[in-house]
Amino acid sequence: MATAIVFLPLIAAIIVGLFGRTLGDRASQLITTGAVLVSAILSVLVFKDVALDHHTSTVTLLKWIDTGPLTVDWAIRLDTLTAVMLLVVNGVSSMVHVYSIGYMSHDHSKPRFMAYLSLFTFAMLMLVTADNLVQMFFGWEGVGVASYLLIGFWYDRPSANAAAIKAFVVNRVGDFGFSLGIFATFFMFGTLQFDQVFAAVPGAVGKTFEFLGYHVDALTCTSILLFIGAMGKSAQLGLHTWLPDAMEGPTPVSALIHAATMVTAGVFMLCRLSPMLEYSQDALNVVVVIGGTTAIFAASVGMAQNDIKRVIAYSTCSQLGYMFFAAGVSAYPAAMFHLATHASFKALLFLGAGSVIHAMSGEQDMRKMGGLWKLIPVTYVLMWIGNLALAGIPPFAGYFSKDAILEAAYAAGTPVGYYAYWLGIAAAFLTSFYSWRLLFMTFHGKSRADHHTLEHVHESPSVMVVPLVVLALGAIFAGWIGVDHFIGEDMGEFWGKSILMLDTHQGLAHRDEIPPLMSYMALIVGVAGIVLAWIFYVVSPGLPGAFTKAAKTLYEACLNKWYFDEIYDFLIVKPSMWLGWGLWKGGDGMIIDGLGPDGVAAVTRGLSRRASRLQTGYVYHYAFAMLIGVLCLVSWYLLSQR
Amino acid sequence: MTGILSLITFLPMVGVAGILVLRLFGAAKDQAKTETAGKWIAMATTLATFALSILLTARFDRATSAFQFVEDIPWFAGAGYRMGVDGISVLFVLLTAFLLPICILASWKSIEKRVLEYLIAFLVLETLVIGVFCALDITLFYLFFEGGLLPMFLIIGIWGGQRRVYAAFKFFLYTFLGSVLMLLAILAIYWQLGTTDIPTAMHSSLPKGMQTYLWLAFFASFAVKVPMWPVHTWLPDAHVEAPTAGSVILAGVLLKMGAYGFLRFSIPFFPDASATFTPLIFALSVIAIIYTSLVALAQEDMKKLIAYSSVAHMGFVTIGIFTMNQQGMQGAVLTMISHGFVSGALFLCVGVVYDRLHTREIARYGGLAENMPKYSFVFMIFMMASVGLPGTSGFVGEFLVLNGAFEANSWVGFLATTGIILGAAYMLYLYRRVIFGKITKDDVRAMLDLSWREKLIFAPLIVLVFWMGIYPSSFLDPMKPAVSFVIDRGRIASLPRPHLAAADAVSVVK
Repeated sequence: MATAIVFLPLIAAIIVGLFGRTLGDRASQLITTGAVLVSAILSVLVFKDVALDHHTSTVTLLKWIDTGPLTVDWAIRLDTLTAVMLLVVNGVSSMVHVYSIGYMSHDHSKPRFMAYLSLFTFAMLMLVTADNLVQMFFGWEGVGVASYLLIGFWYDRPSANAAAIKAFVVNRVGDFGFSLGIFATFFMFGTLQFDQVFAAVPGAVGKTFEFLGYHVDALTCTSILLFIGAMGKSAQLGLHTWLPDAMEGPTPVSALIHAATMVTAGVFMLCRLSPMLEYSQDALNVVVVIGGTTAIFAASVGMAQNDIKRVIAYSTCSQLGYMFFAAGVSAYPAAMFHLATHASFKALLFLGAGSVIHAMSGEQDMRKMGGLWKLIPVTYVLMWIGNLALAGIPPFAGYFSKDAILEAAYAAGTPVGYYAYWLGIAAAFLTSFYSWRLLFMTFHGKSRADHHTLEHVHESPSVMVVPLVVLALGAIFAGWIGVDHFIGEDMGEFWGKSILMLDTHQGLAHRDEIPPLMSYMALIVGVAGIVLAWIFYVVSPGLPGAFTKAAKTLYEACLNKWYFDEIYDFLIVKPSMWLGWGLWKGGDGMIIDGLGPDGVAAVTRGLSRRASRLQTGYVYHYAFAMLIGVLCLVSWYLLSQR
Repeated sequence: MTGILSLITFLPMVGVAGILVLRLFGAAKDQAKTETAGKWIAMATTLATFALSILLTARFDRATSAFQFVEDIPWFAGAGYRMGVDGISVLFVLLTAFLLPICILASWKSIEKRVLEYLIAFLVLETLVIGVFCALDITLFYLFFEGGLLPMFLIIGIWGGQRRVYAAFKFFLYTFLGSVLMLLAILAIYWQLGTTDIPTAMHSSLPKGMQTYLWLAFFASFAVKVPMWPVHTWLPDAHVEAPTAGSVILAGVLLKMGAYGFLRFSIPFFPDASATFTPLIFALSVIAIIYTSLVALAQEDMKKLIAYSSVAHMGFVTIGIFTMNQQGMQGAVLTMISHGFVSGALFLCVGVVYDRLHTREIARYGGLAENMPKYSFVFMIFMMASVGLPGTSGFVGEFLVLNGAFEANSWVGFLATTGIILGAAYMLYLYRRVIFGKITKDDVRAMLDLSWREKLIFAPLIVLVFWMGIYPSSFLDPMKPAVSFVIDRGRIASLPRPHLAAADAVSVVK
């Protein structure tokens, strides 16, 4: 059954990818959507079997790499962690497939789009079912390719192509770390299979190896290298620059890949590797600091953006920061819980935004929207639900998971824990602010759209609305349905051996013991953020302009994403191109060829030309040469006599 | 089965004889018909050779590192006509025999002058290249190795592009210069051991001082062939000027002869010197990977870009060979095989558009996804294989090499792994400029998608890309014992050997 879940989307992708043009649009949509829907239904069964009835298993499919010391298999590993991911991935993916039928109805290459979506789903499933690091890397890079293809789906747009390449290459930088982490793991343990590695980890505490000339703690070094991979995929600070640009892709792609599933792969990886991370406090601290900083950084940028999709993209980046620092304070279950709830409400927000864009004939700039709530009321209500869930207002899903994360960070009682807690609180305030800023700018006030666009505004067809409703149900109910199992009483039994939390890292279990004020803080700032947005964008719309004038530098920095792109372009991209050019023309052309073949040839030619010039044919030239020769010989003879 | 190696090696010469007969007695009045007949003869011969090499692989015993299907006929002095294959060379025989029919098919329409001579050159080349991988005698190896230069020189010089003569001479000079030194080294080995039998030399132990000189002499020849930085500059020129099929065979097989030389000669013959020079190899390879990847980023000519990427990939290979561990070395061989057909396929991809527009300038294209979707799909697969995407053939070898490199020296592993970032950058940048974007030029819009012949060329290559990516054991298993043997020989250097010095070498002579 698990095999079917994983391979159905692949088969659909191959069929539609190769024969899509022959099959036609409708058949292509039915095949891919059908395959993923079946996978989703099977995932529910697997979830019950594995997560609730605790039947974990591993199915080996085929030998992959075998060189004697290094052996790796293709395998499907089923434990609670995988089962949760199967449910999330297939659930969101199937809804996005359905939604795409409506959203892409005007596009002329529907089969290609559907095939890419299914291919992505397959790669993501391979990632979450991996039982070794290499297969995980397969899925990891596979989702990267699918993301590359889908971001660049509208290949005649230069900006889309640039964004696609950027996504792939920046992810490769993360994968560079991931690869080195895999090599280091193999170097230390002689295996890459999860269970074998995890069994050996406790014995490796305190061991060192030499890395780049330094003696470093082996577990910390390995964990951090692997974590760099997670940073790339989950767009954490430093490697986040690709995610906002990835919004060039069609909106269903943003919902599926760049909000709900692929970008959470890094979080999944940290949870999967919890038996390793737990033994390296330094690595965990790094995770917390990076996660906390990302949460506040991305939220600050999100406040200033005007493109509706980019606001949500930065919001995703920020929420991923929460999940990371949750993992860093060993609250892995809370990270996974937030991953699951976030998948539903963020996909809802994205698809809702897609519905708005669809209604506005492709317009994404919020400054040209406004007053839409009467025209598209269903979308409006659904966006409210998504926002409430995101801001962590009870009883919506985000409340349960986000609160748990913040409380766990506080309860961890470490300096980095407090760091993450306070940044997380600040980010929570910004989150509600930018969420309602988006809502008010889009749906309230007077319309700023042109007359022509307004005439065409319409509610989306039911094929788009139904998936939104399903996701909205998730955004409303996922929290209190899941809370007991994921992070509550039944936590230990539910997760089983798939997640390890050492006895010294029990912040999550003791989160009820923190001061009440600290535990209500998130809710207080959340409501405050909403109120502030209401004042800024509904009560007195002149305030934002005045504020941006007053804090110009800060606003500019946020608007320009703290100049990361410019800095990278200046430090890395441009120099690489120049270096390439210089090495080609200078290194290869002038130095190597100049001194090598061309130089030797030129010298030979020059010498022979000179030699040939000596033979002028005039007798007096020869006679002169002979005379000089005689002179020299005689003088040498005379001088040597002495 | 004795004699099968000679049969495989010299079967293409039967085709040559056939084409010669055709040329002498063919109807002069109907040239087109004669040429078509010649193509079919070449096709049939190369396919028969391929079939035989499959049979060879099927009968190959995977459990031993010893040479198999050995033929041994005394020749002159200590030299002999000795043929045999082990798990490493059998894969290269298979690769060569696999690529030749594809080369012939790729040249079906694009070669218009001196067709019969062209076919003869390719068939002779096949004999010589297969000979290189089967030879079990250094003298015989040298003959095949140097002989291979000639047809390639002619292919570039006669059927090449505009600067073909410059490129052909550069190719010849570079490779020949190295070979002269190798010849001297071979003579020295002969005087020392009294034979040029490869298995004997593999179990001998030459004096340490002598090893150093001999290693350097062989290195001079192999480094140019690989090619390693900084003696790589002949390759981009040769590729740019060579006809498509010439590039395929050059990148696919000829480049592998240098790395094969390291495995077959440098390490087993001179283990001490190999250990001494390992840092040199690592340094040159790492420079090659980073340097040529950056250069590839700046290229404006498709073929040159892929040529530079070949240098970078071969950098992985040389690192892998000298890691002296199982993953690294098996990864190196696998990378060679994979690069053999992936880079070949990429050159074929360039050939497809070159046949239509007669330019390799990247900026002339753009937006091919619109009117050539099938081509874009095929190109995408090979691009991803070149980038080393897991699931394709490029990944497994690269992964194993880097894994081995990390174990050997973390700096080498670290720096070489940057190649996966740069590799993605230059390939995606190429793909974007050629395939994506809007079509702005009318002649580009008029280009037709893949023909049936072209699909037939790419189909087996695509199968191989995925086969090797998903189930590489078919290739890893046969080479395992042979690679272990090379590693054991290489590790002798680090073992204590009090009694071994010149004394042992002398005993071999007696």
